[in-house]
Amino acid sequence: MLLRNLDQARIVLAITVAIFIAAALGLPGFLDPGNLIAIVRSISVLGILALGMALVVIGRGIDLSMVAVMAMSVAWYLHLLNAGWGDHAALGVTLGAVLLIGAINGVLVAYAEVPAIFVTLATGSFAFGFVRSQVITSDAVNVPARHWILTLGQMRPGGVPADIYVFLCLAVAAFLFLRFTKWGRYVYYAGDNPVAARNSGMPVRPMLVLRYVIAALSAFVAGLLTAASLQSINTRVVNSTLLYDIVLVAVIGGIGLSGGKGGVRNVLIGAALIGIMLNAMTILDIPQLYQNLIKSTILLVAIVVDGLLNPRDEQTAQQGDI
Amino acid sequence: MRRMKTLAAAAAIVLAGLAVAQPVLADSDTAPADYAKALNGKRVILIPLAMGFDLAQGWAAILKREVTAFGGTFETRDPNWSTEAGAQAITEAISSSPRPDVLVVMAPDLNSYTRILKKAQDAGIFVLLIDNPANFKADTYMGSDWTKLGAVEAGAAVEACGEGTSKKIGLVQGDEVNATSIFQYEGIMNVINQHPDLKVVAKPVSNWDPTTSRTVTATMLQQNPDLCAIIDFWDGDATGAAAAIRDANLQGKVKLITTGGGEKSADCDMLENGTYDAVVMTELPKEAGDMVAMIKYLLQTGMKPGSYTAHLYTLEQATTKANMRPDSCWDLKALQAMAGN
Repeated sequence: MLLRNLDQARIVLAITVAIFIAAALGLPGFLDPGNLIAIVRSISVLGILALGMALVVIGRGIDLSMVAVMAMSVAWYLHLLNAGWGDHAALGVTLGAVLLIGAINGVLVAYAEVPAIFVTLATGSFAFGFVRSQVITSDAVNVPARHWILTLGQMRPGGVPADIYVFLCLAVAAFLFLRFTKWGRYVYYAGDNPVAARNSGMPVRPMLVLRYVIAALSAFVAGLLTAASLQSINTRVVNSTLLYDIVLVAVIGGIGLSGGKGGVRNVLIGAALIGIMLNAMTILDIPQLYQNLIKSTILLVAIVVDGLLNPRDEQTAQQGDI
Repeated sequence: MRRMKTLAAAAAIVLAGLAVAQPVLADSDTAPADYAKALNGKRVILIPLAMGFDLAQGWAAILKREVTAFGGTFETRDPNWSTEAGAQAITEAISSSPRPDVLVVMAPDLNSYTRILKKAQDAGIFVLLIDNPANFKADTYMGSDWTKLGAVEAGAAVEACGEGTSKKIGLVQGDEVNATSIFQYEGIMNVINQHPDLKVVAKPVSNWDPTTSRTVTATMLQQNPDLCAIIDFWDGDATGAAAAIRDANLQGKVKLITTGGGEKSADCDMLENGTYDAVVMTELPKEAGDMVAMIKYLLQTGMKPGSYTAHLYTLEQATTKANMRPDSCWDLKALQAMAGN
């Protein structure tokens, strides 16, 4: 009976706790407050992106433009500042562009009914290509001296970096939205069965647009925090595996790609697993090739165990499973 | 009358002398014509890993100016860090018309481009390999001897880890497949192994990503706050290691050593403000000058592409705030303005 209750989130949580305990016992300095803060910090930007992604995925969508929006919006913002623009004007322009991309994603998916995977792939490429070719001249853009972003990056209230506070605040906000607001609850209904949700009178399409706009905004916040910490933004991140990591965090935590399932809890579990694994393997100084092998093996184990304990059948399977 | 005859004779002699002298004057220097004949209209294509980083833009600016000046055409391709897109660009270049005469290629790793670059040489195209070594007999390789470069970085670390320090060094490798990373590591370890008192305590990998570099460096410093030096394998991601050092309040105590293209804002400004303590820099104008020289030379030799190979290594030295000169770095903006692009 106990095994029956083990859904993927609980399995991953169990694995995460097991690794945490093993690392705490076996690795010197792992439980040091500084190290624990470093772990949370290493996943706060990833976590913020995963929160935005989770919102979209629960509503049975996916947003592949997030990393491009994150890097290119902030690169554009910093470029405008370096070109002598005022802070308000620069922020206004880039924020407007971020909202526009989110709205375009949403409108094309909701009203033109183009599959989200294609829409967001295209808008992501567009955002990268446009800013990279028309706006900025080099991969990396530095934060200008004495800018508030630098101050943000240096802030340590209570000895904890600002990224962590932002991540936690956004996690709480997402939790409250999904759990206690009407539109938040509707996300699950729309994700589980869009047609039924629509027939029962929910504003399915405007809600969908809203989710993509929120995802784009969370990408912008993640980009600002990245720039704050590194004092520059490198647009090469668009070519990295960050996008897969975001999807991974959401999915490994138990948010099904078919929609209607999961919540903030799952994002936190998924992000914790990734953060603790990377930290422990770095302390152990494991070569990268083995790191990838270990990471993928743990993920496969979680998926296989979930498949065995919670087999899919006609009752649980949904149309639109990826 | 007699006088007239004498004058006429004298004139004739002078004229005859001139007539004899004329050809001598005309072929006094035929070289410019040969030079023009060999180089005029030649097509040179630069295919770096991406056009969006300092080295590629610096090379392009200098090559464009020089190639255009000798009457050739210069083009670039931007694979944007994609090996497939780069291979595609080379394949397309080989079959394009008019066929390019020189390909200047930066290979992503040791083996990916080996076959197509051989194909290019077979088609009569000279191939210059830049910055990243590959298992391929290029007409010339120009760029760093990465083993040497690693050794120079390690030398700077040895200096930073003198008496009274922990003698502990951390490495932030690029990846574990790229020649620049593998050879750099080898060069570093060669030097470290000669100093038994020094110890590499950790060698995580950044995948050339600054955020990852920050995360792994933070963990490394958490475990070993007494590190005396960190060597990050590229200035493109060393901003992350620098952030971790800054966050740990260890600036000045942990010396950060890296390597880069020598662009002013990426390297010299960072040395100036103390973000980096030593940077082994590519002397880009010199390296691009070598490229221009080899292009001019090869096109005049009439040699068959692939018949000879040579290595022109750049001078590797660690630049620090102390030995930095006003011309240690090159300024991308100034270079681009000069090349008119």
